[in-house]
Amino acid sequence: MSDAAVAAPERREALLRARRVTKRFGGLVAVRETDLEIPAGSIVSLIGPNGAGKTTFFNVLAGILDPTGGEIEFRGQRMIARPVRAWLEPVLWVLPSVLILLVAVAVFAVTRSVLALQVLVLVAIGLLITTLLLAIIRPLRYRQLLPRFGVFRSARPNDMVTAGVGRTFQNIRLFQNMTVLENVLVGMHSRLHSTAVDAILNSKRHQREEAASRDRARQLLGLVGLRGRDDVIARNLPYGDQRRLEIARALASDPVLLLLDEPTAGMNPRETSEMMALIAKLRSELGLTILLIEHDMRVVMGISDRITVLDHGERIAEGTPEEVRRDPKVIEAYLGRPAA
Amino acid sequence: MDPQTVTVLTQQFFNALTLGAIYALIALGYTMVYGIIELINFAHGEIFMVGAFIAMFFLTSIGFSGSIPDPLTLAAVLALTFLVTMTVLGFIGVGIERFAYRPLRNAPRLAPLITAIGVSFILQNVVQIWRGPSPVNTPQLLTHNVRFDIGAASIGYLNIFIFLVAVVLMVALQLFVGRTRLGRAMRSTAQDREAAQLMGVNINSTIAITFFIGSALAGAAGIVYGLYFGSIQFTIGFVAGLKAFTAAVLGGIGNLAGAALGGFFIGFIEVAAAQIGYARWTPAFVFGVLILVLVFRPSGLLGQPIGERA
Repeated sequence: MSDAAVAAPERREALLRARRVTKRFGGLVAVRETDLEIPAGSIVSLIGPNGAGKTTFFNVLAGILDPTGGEIEFRGQRMIARPVRAWLEPVLWVLPSVLILLVAVAVFAVTRSVLALQVLVLVAIGLLITTLLLAIIRPLRYRQLLPRFGVFRSARPNDMVTAGVGRTFQNIRLFQNMTVLENVLVGMHSRLHSTAVDAILNSKRHQREEAASRDRARQLLGLVGLRGRDDVIARNLPYGDQRRLEIARALASDPVLLLLDEPTAGMNPRETSEMMALIAKLRSELGLTILLIEHDMRVVMGISDRITVLDHGERIAEGTPEEVRRDPKVIEAYLGRPAA
Repeated sequence: MDPQTVTVLTQQFFNALTLGAIYALIALGYTMVYGIIELINFAHGEIFMVGAFIAMFFLTSIGFSGSIPDPLTLAAVLALTFLVTMTVLGFIGVGIERFAYRPLRNAPRLAPLITAIGVSFILQNVVQIWRGPSPVNTPQLLTHNVRFDIGAASIGYLNIFIFLVAVVLMVALQLFVGRTRLGRAMRSTAQDREAAQLMGVNINSTIAITFFIGSALAGAAGIVYGLYFGSIQFTIGFVAGLKAFTAAVLGGIGNLAGAALGGFFIGFIEVAAAQIGYARWTPAFVFGVLILVLVFRPSGLLGQPIGERA
């Protein structure tokens, strides 16, 4: 633990910053006004008793749930917050055509020219088809245009992956019927660029990219200790190896921040210490920043630089493992109030 | 067997292959969409019908309404027809998904199913308004008279062409799904949509691509249907769609190879029923076989046991 603490400098640029994040489910407040800062290059843990809101908070970070309040910045960019004026988008699809239709009616009322009416109606229909096609294809220009109208859409999980956040799951969710190598290749999806046209023409670019991605996938499998198991179907792997494969798959998207949801759940002590060594290696060799949800206190205390403790949806403590270990509120949350 | 029977059987074998190829192409779309969003897309048969009409419209508007004897021109016109029709149909499929199914993606299963039936009525009625309710003749680019002989049997080149088109498209699809980045994205989305999204797969565009491919294949089926039968009507989508759906279920819905197999299987059952003199009873035979297969193999011929999907 002390090594890790020394390795992380005191003040670094925060990679991810969550401000006053709140998530309500009906009347239940799962997370209330919680702040979290993850400095670049650190290992931060999120702990708390069952039902403390850890997983909800994690899911908000990953872009699965839109928060009820607050916002999350990643690399200085506001990624996740409550959506603003999302209803405006469909209105923008039809608005231009409706306006032209109104003009058409007005022109017809004044000039009584059937030709003008027909032309304008055709233009309106053409415009409608164009905007709908744009809404389907969503080119970059279209996406850049939306904020100008004050529309803010919270990042989807795949947007977070593209931005550089990878994650694993508490209960393993590999693609069970795919091979080990294919699982890692799916993880690489957001970093590959070959299009359907490339694939159909089997272009040079497509071949080169496929070959390069396979090499990279094998390299990652080597890193987590799954060398030479490329063609095993994922569901046939032993439990510990499935967890390793999940990490390799998460690494495949070249993340800067890795979210690990209980990476040692259900592991025996030997597997657990191997996993701890792997996590330490991820930081030292790949320079990753890691956010960990974990129940095993030995793991948490052993590798974290900072720990945030949640209870009943609220942050009750934040600090180094030493500070948190001594914090009376934390002891109370885990062990209950001492009998008066 | 006497030579007469052999001739008839050879002839019927090729008829069955042709019919089966058409069903298989439509069935692939059913099975792909079901595999990825677990929706029985009842509008799919109608997409096939729209494909037949768009091919007919395209051919007549570029000025080909009869047979083309010159092989080069024929090949060029056919290639162009496939390209245009399949692209247009692909976009229609994507549009239907975007505006009819995506808003209901998290709704109870019944809602998109009913919507699919609604979409199929819309497509039928639009085509009925556009081209009228009576059958329309389609350009016969390659007539049935162009034939070659195997023994005493004479086989139309058209039959071979349709079969080859289907096989080429199926092989291409299999390679696309099995070997490419987008194919992997499709398979991962089918297995676990949320996990796929959390691994960076844009599930919206992946599902859109699935609809594009499925609808484009139905469009191809529509083209060859028009070429083969010479006449189309706004109602053809219903029956063909139902049979293709049967083919997909028969093969194990969600399984591509199963859909292809099921399509050919149904083609053979229909032709066999007609051959033994029960042409009017073909639907009864088809659905009878479906029931039998489902009694003994509830997940279809190539389907995995319930609880796992390919």
